[in-house]
Amino acid sequence: MKKVIMGNHALSYGAMLSRAQVIAAYPITPQTQVVELLSEMCADGTLNAKFIKVESEHSAMAACLGASLAGARTFTATSAQGLALMHEMLHWAAGGRMPVVMGNINRAMAPGWSIWADQNDSLSERDTGWIQFYCASNQEVLDTVIQAYKVSEKLMIPSMIVLDAFTLSHTYEVVEIPDQSLVDQYLPPFNPPWRLTPDDPHAFGGLTSPDHYMELRYKLQKDMEKVPALVEETGKEYEKMFGRYLGQVEEYLCDDAEFIFVTSGTAGSTARVAVDELRQRGIKAGNLRIRLFRPFPFEKVRSILSRVPRVAVLDRNISYGHHGIFYQEVKSAMYGQPSQPLIFGFIAGLGGRDITRDSFREIADYALSRDRVEEEIVWIGVKK
Amino acid sequence: MIEIRFHGRGGQGTVVASKILADALAKEGNYVQAYPEFGVERRGAPVYAFIRIDSKPIYDKSKIYHPDHVVVVDPTLVEAIDVTEGLKDGGYIIINSENSPEHFKFPDRYKVFTINATEIAVKHRLGTLAAPIVNTAIAGAVVKILNLTRLESLVEAIREGVPIKPEDNVKAAIEAYERA
Repeated sequence: MKKVIMGNHALSYGAMLSRAQVIAAYPITPQTQVVELLSEMCADGTLNAKFIKVESEHSAMAACLGASLAGARTFTATSAQGLALMHEMLHWAAGGRMPVVMGNINRAMAPGWSIWADQNDSLSERDTGWIQFYCASNQEVLDTVIQAYKVSEKLMIPSMIVLDAFTLSHTYEVVEIPDQSLVDQYLPPFNPPWRLTPDDPHAFGGLTSPDHYMELRYKLQKDMEKVPALVEETGKEYEKMFGRYLGQVEEYLCDDAEFIFVTSGTAGSTARVAVDELRQRGIKAGNLRIRLFRPFPFEKVRSILSRVPRVAVLDRNISYGHHGIFYQEVKSAMYGQPSQPLIFGFIAGLGGRDITRDSFREIADYALSRDRVEEEIVWIGVKK
Repeated sequence: MIEIRFHGRGGQGTVVASKILADALAKEGNYVQAYPEFGVERRGAPVYAFIRIDSKPIYDKSKIYHPDHVVVVDPTLVEAIDVTEGLKDGGYIIINSENSPEHFKFPDRYKVFTINATEIAVKHRLGTLAAPIVNTAIAGAVVKILNLTRLESLVEAIREGVPIKPEDNVKAAIEAYERA
């Protein structure tokens, strides 16, 4: 069934079709509609789930963790300051191997107080052990929720589905809502290898001596390393059943490209239009949109970027005192490779400033007119 | 691709008008993208809504700066702001007004059309006398003037998407469509 829905509701439908069993959330702009719709679905019986109202995001995640340990499929959603308040619990989720799936609407961190898009909220949680997917359309948001449960529950690692504030969260697009029976076929019920139950009492997350802690972390990393292949496998399986492939990256005209934009989120969608325009000017451009940010898709990125002489990485974020975060990651992926492109780093769109086709034209003009990297942050559209 | 900008005031249902239009267009196999001005809405303050329509998937996620047409839901905005900002030559300016198009002084490169959506909304008891909800009537006129969809698709979209008084809203849309 096709429906015109907003990005926030694409998350809700994804959770509904995945038959989430426990939802705990605290409202925050621009995420609120995600859980508003889910609470309505719980109230009218469309979704057979327990909706837990809480007093903070920290508690929302805590409630999800308890439910997840008891064997329930859990969902929550938040944004910016809310995600930051959850920070401690994010470590608990990943460290405790509880496969919660969460939507995060990318919103700039305050102060200055902002409700508009940038990626510093989710990227600040880069090292918590969560899988992170960045989406570029409402369809992709819905599909990725379903895929994320499959990946997360197989490896017992939580997933964050990330979408830009307003540009996706409040934008209505045509979305194919898959049949419940097909989704049930794709995504079986959550059946964890261990669970909290009075019948077989155990404690979780207790004191772990130096004799054991390191092995827990080693295992988490080893399982994280399995994610890229599992994303490919589950993405292809999804394509077979639903006709839409969900990979680690989205390549657009990269095969014969001599210049590639590396992008994420909705900017990675606008970039496709910019690539078309550059191609009309005779420039063999391409766009590599990173969908899976954690774990980083090293192999994919290396195999695509080692073929091109020039790469422009666009960041809607910044690591203060360093560079754009995707730029760091791409450089680190390419370090030591036999063939290395010139990699330019651009920062644009902080705090919801628009990223347009003109932004990409400016980026291309800059990168194509230089034979060495002169500065590691090129600011686009900033009033200096 | 067609890009349309809606001007209204918070509380008039401007954003819903663009959503209903998007629903109707999607029913006919179009790709659509509809979004409000990104921010906080306040009752009575100027608000914007935007819609992109194409036969192909729409990848451009940036804002609309050069609309093909504009729709002015509240006529007092014509004095308050420049509703033609960025409007492409030859574009329609569709205004909810009791006045004739000649009443409004716009450059000749634009086509002005007026529809008394407020009167239609009041007649069908949509909203209150002081604050009528004109969005479905506006949608009816826009669909006709810009030849966007069949009336049936709009009617279906209103029945599915307007929770309060759907049949009165359908009547308002049909009346506006017929008058336009």
